[in-house]
Amino acid sequence: MVATLTRIFGVHNLALAEDVVQDAFCRALEVWKLRGAPENPSAWLMATAKNRALDVLRRERTARIFEPELSRFLQSEWTLAPAVQELFAADAIKDDLLRMMFSCCQPRLSVEAQVTLILHILCGFSVDEVANAFVSTHSATEKRITRAKKVLAGSKRLFDVTRADDFLVRLPAVQRALYLLFNEGYHGASPESAIRADLCREAMRLTAVLLEHPLGAVPATFALAAMMCFHAARLPGRLDASGNLSSLFEQDRSQWDRELVAEGVRLLDLSAEGRELTEYHLEAGIARVHALAQRAEETDWDGIVSLYDLLMKVRPSPVIALNRAIAIGQKDGPDRGLDAIHRIGDPERLKRYPFYHAALGEFELRRGRHTKANEHFRAALKLARNPAERRYLEGRVSACDNSPSKTARTKHSKLASVS
Amino acid sequence: MSQFLYLYRGGRNGNPSPEQVQQVMQKWITWLKSLADQGHIKDQGQPLEPSGKLVKGRSKTVTDGPFAEAKDIVGGYTLIEARDINEAVELSKGCPALESDGAVEVRPIMVMNL
Repeated sequence: MVATLTRIFGVHNLALAEDVVQDAFCRALEVWKLRGAPENPSAWLMATAKNRALDVLRRERTARIFEPELSRFLQSEWTLAPAVQELFAADAIKDDLLRMMFSCCQPRLSVEAQVTLILHILCGFSVDEVANAFVSTHSATEKRITRAKKVLAGSKRLFDVTRADDFLVRLPAVQRALYLLFNEGYHGASPESAIRADLCREAMRLTAVLLEHPLGAVPATFALAAMMCFHAARLPGRLDASGNLSSLFEQDRSQWDRELVAEGVRLLDLSAEGRELTEYHLEAGIARVHALAQRAEETDWDGIVSLYDLLMKVRPSPVIALNRAIAIGQKDGPDRGLDAIHRIGDPERLKRYPFYHAALGEFELRRGRHTKANEHFRAALKLARNPAERRYLEGRVSACDNSPSKTARTKHSKLASVS
Repeated sequence: MSQFLYLYRGGRNGNPSPEQVQQVMQKWITWLKSLADQGHIKDQGQPLEPSGKLVKGRSKTVTDGPFAEAKDIVGGYTLIEARDINEAVELSKGCPALESDGAVEVRPIMVMNL
């Protein structure tokens, strides 16, 4: 709704658009309290927002300048209501979402600011909800949003999604923002929970909108969408019944969403056209290998390592290097895994990431070096970012403590002290 | 270029359904847009409510409308620019009011040289 209203009012009137949407929701609360929710709540909200918009346009048409292109329709009652009506039509709305998405991803904003803006404006997240998503404070997030909105409102107009050159130039930024948004939901560091399914859903919804536009339906977007499907398919298994994180090896794979996996396969096939091999293709490829393995033991680790090798060439990063090292450990045994982890250049950033230490712990445990493993898991535990991660890592720590060699040593020392 | 006023008369029939109203409004918007695109619109004008009042004569008596027969009631106006009255008339033939048996009165704006 904000996207559509910004189209009508003009991007410089972004705040007004948000006010109108806010009004519509407030009205809804009041009216629905008394009369109950209508059969089609979103249609009701749209109609209310539309009528509020008409009121604003009539009242303010001398005082304000609205979207220049539309202003001639807004001046006369002959065309005012029909023009607004048309702008609220379903196709127009999808276009508006896209337009707003592209407008948010402008180069003058950092990529974090872009994603923040998308969450706030397009997904309707409150300042608190956005702060939560990025593990930030309310005031820091509010400042960031305000600054970003100023930049957005200061641009002369909303991004023109019909100009192919401009569209293609900005498309990578939009894809990256959606990737980060999804990642935040899937791997996020929220203190509340390890997984924010709603962030994943929003990212998938917006990626679908991108795919519906002829210019947006390029191989990279298909690959991105495929990756999201494969990851999202596995979401039901990532938390067990008690809300605890379970590792890839322990997950109940029957919980995985088969339809989403199938959709991912379909999208990945569609992404295979052309000669572009992007990071999204590779990540989707890796996710596909996992998603198609019926049991953890059947995973094609060879394939995964090759894909990670390619990914390190396309978009090297410490986390990807770590994931590659873990895959090598799966394929060739814990010694090679440890070796690969230790070879990661510039590990400083990684050392603040709990799963770096957890990976070291895991491999040491498999080598039977329980004390070392224990140390690593304790280090990981210190860096845990939310209750689910904490519980998981505590579990790993106890797994080392309960190892047979340790209990044998304790028995020994007990005997020693008695005699 | 000279200016002319279009006065739309009559053409309001019965109780149209919302869909019909929608369709009619769409026709108006299309027609007005085509005139605007060709540069003929000076002021798009406004539709008028069918009700109103009439203030008449030196006694300034006030009566309620309707003050004309249904087919004559002015439903709205637009101010256009055209080369001459013939062009203004030609342009008016696309008006949706004509389709429902209404009429467009085409009046040249008086140019006053004082």
